[in-house]
Amino acid sequence: MRERRGLQGRCGLATRLSAILLWVGTTILVTTLPAFAGLGEDVISVQADQAHMQGALRTTETQAYTLQEIQGATGTVVREYVSPAGKVFAVAWQGPFPPDMKQILASYFSQYQQAAQAQATAHKGRRPLMVQLPGLVVEAGGHMRSFAGRAYVPDMLPQGVSAEAIR
Amino acid sequence: MTGTRTSMSIRTRRVSTARTAGIMTLVAGGVLLFGVGCGGSGSSSSTQTTTTPPATTSSANVLAISVDAGPDTAEPYANGAFASVIVCTPGTTTCQTIDGVLVDTGSSGLRLLSSVLTISLPQQTANGNPVAECLPFVSGYTWGPVQTADVELSGETANAVPIQVINGSAFTVPSACSNQGAAENTLADLGANGILGVGNFVQDCGDACVSTGASNPALYYQCVSSNCTVIGEPLAQQVANPVASFAKDNNGVIIELPAVSAPEATLNGSLIFGIGTESNNALNGATIYPVDDFGNFITIFKTSSTTITNSTSFIDSGSNGLYFFDSAQTGIPTCSDANFFYCPSSTENLSATTEGAGGTPSSTINFSVANADALFNDNPTANVFEDLAGPNSISGFDWGLPFFYGRNVYTAIQGQTTPGGTGPYWAY
Repeated sequence: MRERRGLQGRCGLATRLSAILLWVGTTILVTTLPAFAGLGEDVISVQADQAHMQGALRTTETQAYTLQEIQGATGTVVREYVSPAGKVFAVAWQGPFPPDMKQILASYFSQYQQAAQAQATAHKGRRPLMVQLPGLVVEAGGHMRSFAGRAYVPDMLPQGVSAEAIR
Repeated sequence: MTGTRTSMSIRTRRVSTARTAGIMTLVAGGVLLFGVGCGGSGSSSSTQTTTTPPATTSSANVLAISVDAGPDTAEPYANGAFASVIVCTPGTTTCQTIDGVLVDTGSSGLRLLSSVLTISLPQQTANGNPVAECLPFVSGYTWGPVQTADVELSGETANAVPIQVINGSAFTVPSACSNQGAAENTLADLGANGILGVGNFVQDCGDACVSTGASNPALYYQCVSSNCTVIGEPLAQQVANPVASFAKDNNGVIIELPAVSAPEATLNGSLIFGIGTESNNALNGATIYPVDDFGNFITIFKTSSTTITNSTSFIDSGSNGLYFFDSAQTGIPTCSDANFFYCPSSTENLSATTEGAGGTPSSTINFSVANADALFNDNPTANVFEDLAGPNSISGFDWGLPFFYGRNVYTAIQGQTTPGGTGPYWAY
């Protein structure tokens, strides 16, 4: 299999899929949606993330999950993977700036922050981040002006969905 | 590093030093404590012993670099290239030498820990209020005020350039910043006294930070009392690669480090300023690989079962290993005690193809992946590991510092003219 990955490649892929483009008034969302959104939350929280990023949302249905892709105003794309049960089980991102990690990791943020801090001081040296806890995986890499990463809750992956699908 | 110190000794500026790096090479000769402004002249601290001679003799455009344990005596740094920088209050002779600054082609701009800075630098302001920056890195962020300094690197000077003074206690870190994750505001977090970003870009942020509203990524803030709010920051005010501000030799850098055949304690080399501007920085037939607007090019990695072509790959002296894909893709297990390193049962000899962002040119790069646990356990005093590697899941092939061992790597700055064309590009 030969695949070419990248920001533009992914946008092209998404365009080819039968996507539904949803524009939603952000002022309404800000007042009606939960403050915490993202990983582990209900699908409705994706709209809160969209409001936070002030970006366009497109939805792609697959057999195993629904992909909600937010094109943020800063150029960073966030993809939220929603299970058939309506829960966000994974998020992935790519773009010139990292996303608001607290927004997209929601209740998992403090776990992530502690693990990231611990990893920064273990084995001195700058490198990609690999947080792999029993209940949370966060992997991030890149450099100034190009960041990418993914986060997921292993126990929440729908049947038949591997981590490799989260990109 | 001797060359640097020699050139410093002829300066008329009053230089106070914070001798904080090169601890491993100096360990036999002296007791040096972190963060001490020794108050002596630069030349007084030039009693360094080295095991190998510098790769290049002293010139005004050559800054000595050393891959060593770095300035954090609590724990040695693996594969970190450190240099000594001089910062001065602009237009004055009040200067300070700061060692142990990580040379990073993956970022742009000079960032120094406030804890090592003993001279006073003017604070940048917006609307009369102090400006601070939240700079996101992969693993977290650095926070602190933007101040202005004359930056001297060997014999070259960038006058009055904005730098970030890293200080987690300055003002109050805004939630938009702490929401990025881990704070990297201390020596223990960074493993360095600062970061010298000499990458492909002039500014650390660029046009996005000039804008206001939703498209502003929230890097620059103005602070009223301790309350900091996002501002649009003009390009000229942004923290920037000091090389681009040199009067000459300002179109890029070369990192020259010798080849390594086994783990070593120290590796000495050079950061050379300019590409094709002096007798010591010609391209010499190096192949030019254009990078895209995000600072990436293409790497193609083949295993017996799959081919991965990745267009968000990059060369980065500030990454301390070769980081690529993940175990599921490479078939190489990670270490049970450190999942950010690979631990194959025996050293694997691999290759990948690097391509310019547009698909040409291309070249094959051979590299090896050793068992990281074995590297560290078998070489407790080593800081230079040419076969250190680990996963990078979805963000491509990160050609870190081992890529530079035995290979002269040119980093051309965006928009700058060189004999090999206009930057940004890498050449090797």
